[in-house]
Amino acid sequence: MTHVVTGLLALSGSLLMLTAAIGLLRMPDFYTRMQAAAKAGTLGILLVVTATGLVLGSVSALLHALLASLFFLLTTPISAHLLGRAAYLSGIRPWVLEDDLAGRYHPATHELASVPDADPPE
Amino acid sequence: MIEQLIGLPTESPFLVAAMLLLVVALVFAFARVVRGPTIPDRVVALDVMATLVVGLLLLLGAVLRMLAIVDIAIVLALIAFLSTVAFASLVERRTRE
Repeated sequence: MTHVVTGLLALSGSLLMLTAAIGLLRMPDFYTRMQAAAKAGTLGILLVVTATGLVLGSVSALLHALLASLFFLLTTPISAHLLGRAAYLSGIRPWVLEDDLAGRYHPATHELASVPDADPPE
Repeated sequence: MIEQLIGLPTESPFLVAAMLLLVVALVFAFARVVRGPTIPDRVVALDVMATLVVGLLLLLGAVLRMLAIVDIAIVLALIAFLSTVAFASLVERRTRE
């Protein structure tokens, strides 16, 4: 019974990672590709980590699995956010009709303002 | 010990099938590395490839019942995160000047 559960966990996790790779290949612009890779990839690797921890079964293996899942949950959003910000600042336009971020990054300091050219609050 | 590993019904067919799916995903991600029109596209695809290799290592550790491979996978994930952060700051810093 446990074998079926862990096997299905590993299979569904790798199916999700395959979905992430297909999205990476097929999505129309950089930002959609990035979100496909970040979200589907994170859930997929979490399922695979859980399956490995359950297969190995020892306390040490379960702690390794917990550590690895915490690490992935922390780092994947950070790297996706940093890459998206760097891509926008390097001039890659998103695949949308109206770019709501246009003009909100200071061109020299790269600081983000909520309203373009707003006066600083009193 | 060895009779336990060989004799009992195991999940190894599932795990090997999952590894094959990850290899197919690796091919797709590599196609994006080759095609990707901009540098951030390639960096994202390389990050996904590193994640896929981490998944492959984890499943290999599960099939072989070796916990040490899980350690290798965690270290590879750490290196991939650091290199992605470095690439992102490189891309951003190049546009500031």
